[in-house]
Amino acid sequence: MSGPSDFQPTNPALKWIERRLPIMGLVHSSFVAYPTPRNLNYWWTFGAILSMMLGLQILTGVILAMHYTPHADMAFKSIELIVRDVNYGWLLRNMHACGASMFFFAVYIHMFRGLYYGSYKEPREILWILGVIIYLLMMATGFMGYVLPWGQMSFWGATVITNLFSAVPYFGESIVTLLWGGYAVGNPTLNRFFSLHYLLPFVIAGVVVLHVWALHVAGQNNPAGVEAKTEKDTVPFTPYATIKDAFGVSCFMLFFAWFIFYMPNYLGDADNYIPANPGVTPAHIVPEWYYLPFYAILRSIPNKLAGVVAMFGAIIILAFLPWLDNARTRSSKYRPLAKQFFWIFVVVCLGLGYLGSQPPEGIYVIAGRILTFLYFAYFLILLPLLSRIETPRPVPNSIADDVLAKHGGKVASVVVALVVAGGLLVGGTQNARAEDHGVAPPGNKWSFSGPMGKFDRGALQRGLKVYKEVCASCHGLSYVAFRNLAEAGGPGYSVAQAAAFASDYKVKDGPDDKGEMFERAGRPADYFPSPFPNENAARAANGGAFPPDLSLITKARSYKRGFPMFLVDFFTQYQEQGPDYVTAVLQGYEDKPPAGFSLPEGSYYNKYFPGHAIKMPKPLSDGQVTYDDGAPATVAQYSKDVTTFLMWTAEPHMEARKRLGLQVFVFLILLTGLLYFTKKKVWANAH
Amino acid sequence: MNPDAATIAAGAPIEVDLTPIAEGQDIKVFWRGKPIYISHRTKKQIEEAQKVSLSSLPDPQPDSARVKAGHDQWLVVIGICTHLGCIPIAHEGSYDGFFCPCHGSVYDTSGRIRSGPAPSNLPVPPYTFVSDTKIQIG
Repeated sequence: MSGPSDFQPTNPALKWIERRLPIMGLVHSSFVAYPTPRNLNYWWTFGAILSMMLGLQILTGVILAMHYTPHADMAFKSIELIVRDVNYGWLLRNMHACGASMFFFAVYIHMFRGLYYGSYKEPREILWILGVIIYLLMMATGFMGYVLPWGQMSFWGATVITNLFSAVPYFGESIVTLLWGGYAVGNPTLNRFFSLHYLLPFVIAGVVVLHVWALHVAGQNNPAGVEAKTEKDTVPFTPYATIKDAFGVSCFMLFFAWFIFYMPNYLGDADNYIPANPGVTPAHIVPEWYYLPFYAILRSIPNKLAGVVAMFGAIIILAFLPWLDNARTRSSKYRPLAKQFFWIFVVVCLGLGYLGSQPPEGIYVIAGRILTFLYFAYFLILLPLLSRIETPRPVPNSIADDVLAKHGGKVASVVVALVVAGGLLVGGTQNARAEDHGVAPPGNKWSFSGPMGKFDRGALQRGLKVYKEVCASCHGLSYVAFRNLAEAGGPGYSVAQAAAFASDYKVKDGPDDKGEMFERAGRPADYFPSPFPNENAARAANGGAFPPDLSLITKARSYKRGFPMFLVDFFTQYQEQGPDYVTAVLQGYEDKPPAGFSLPEGSYYNKYFPGHAIKMPKPLSDGQVTYDDGAPATVAQYSKDVTTFLMWTAEPHMEARKRLGLQVFVFLILLTGLLYFTKKKVWANAH
Repeated sequence: MNPDAATIAAGAPIEVDLTPIAEGQDIKVFWRGKPIYISHRTKKQIEEAQKVSLSSLPDPQPDSARVKAGHDQWLVVIGICTHLGCIPIAHEGSYDGFFCPCHGSVYDTSGRIRSGPAPSNLPVPPYTFVSDTKIQIG
């Protein structure tokens, strides 16, 4: 399609360069003069969106790597320090973590678009296969990136996924040892995953170049599925496609920003805020939402090797699509049967995603098997069959004819489809969270919820008092420094007050000149000292139970929201499962367990604790802590205050996040509006 | 990319004293980063393990091949589910042995797979009895 460029710069310096390296001519012929079909709809903007996401992931990733420590003992903490101490570290981390999800979300739309419009058919087979390779590389990169925070889900996800390779006959065990660099998932594993996670995005970028090259040789497919024949069928890439892509990217950024600024943890797993522990497996190991359909396929096959083969087969089969579907008509628009089965296939994929998030028992297993069969049947039975029996409707003679026959007005439907599909796809995981045997905690009204939420300073100060006088005797707060108490968005103390607060504590320091450790008064830069020197000491003092560090507790605990609440949560920005749970547990003690419940020795009955038998005795009672500001000295008030305080310790920059979010949204909405009208103006004479 | 010298050195054999483990109890020790369950089985558990007909097992192995002769009461297994590597919980599941919370595999009192997706029994690590109350793993 794109011949040698006739681009000639006029500036003599540029001319000098162009004669030696015709890079401007290359850019001009690929992204300016390049003819693009004039009937492309908004589903075609996802190519540009994906390029932008790849660039953004690499950019944020490179900066994050400057602050991250790839060591099993320090990785978890280094990420917390990025979020707390690095300038805009919380933003970088949210962008990178949510960005991975957005990247997959966009790639799935991009793939379904290719599937619907037959973009894999002759002469675009190589283009399609390169796309499948990019997708595989993305899955590997995404998986290894998810391991880096070294939380519980990171660790156990790594264990489960690397063990997949042990299903390989004969070489399985050696492959797994090679992946681990040890006898189990451990520090060497983390190190090599970090190295590969840094490398693979650049490999992806390389394959993307090939993908775009192949695209520019074959030319873009289009909704009509007929090749461009004359000048009338195409428009130059710039300004037409450029402005349309810019508008698409801007819309996508709005969707992306919703997650970054308002629900950064919606797509994640609460368990990943618990540091990795090789001795304890979480109750439900769930991969990230974008792997769920394949995870469901893996689990629905009762044989280990067959399950692994089916899972990888489900991806590899995509590469053979150009030869499985022999129909001559490209676009499903003109294939009445293929069109219906396409949508059934989309539902099958979403269904598999949902099942992947459910525990593998009872009806879920049977449903998983049926959907797995349907998934493969679509490729292996249906598509080959359809190409023989289906009578397609006549396709338009040319793209120009197609454009004349249709009318615009797709934006609204695209936006609606985006939001609904986004909610559906990403919501799947929410269901698998949290243990099922607890009672769902009642909702609360929190000052920090919602897009404008702010911490109630009074509650933070009272909560700090409750922590200091009650919780601190067993629970640490090791990610919080005294200086944080004086920072913006916190309890609102002055620097001097924070320093005075710190000096009440004794902190171990040293060694001194004689080589001995000594105790000194705390300074603002010190962190809250933990009540026990190590986990074993804590267990020994607490009847075998380990009082968890409270810095992250409100993010590390959650409970099952269930369908359809997780969809509603996406729109209402409900993010307070953790605080609701924590405050419910504090008030959930009952003196007498219900009849028929046998309480183990040394445990206490708690209505909201999973399993109901908690080792922590009822920590709060009325009047236990004296408030100076006249707030009621009740258990209910204490619980709410200390939970508010712990929400702040879990995310000290929450107010900054929401404030910046508002500014970004105002900017993006204006930008999107301007781009829309510019696009309309540019395209006015092309329709 | 295979394990480096330090990792291999850290994987040297360890000795475990069995005296503190009462009958019916078990402990978990770590060797080469893997949890190893050492169970002091009760008479009933040993009987259960011995009288199962081998043909009913997915991965047939007599109990005698999984413990050391003369030390029937001691079961030593690597506590890593042979499905996808989670840690099964001791004293759970319908066979009085181990239950894996990840994908629902159930093992019996001899650590043999009885139901669920796992393909084989919990592996027995290499170990020897140094004395009647002490074993060396590795």
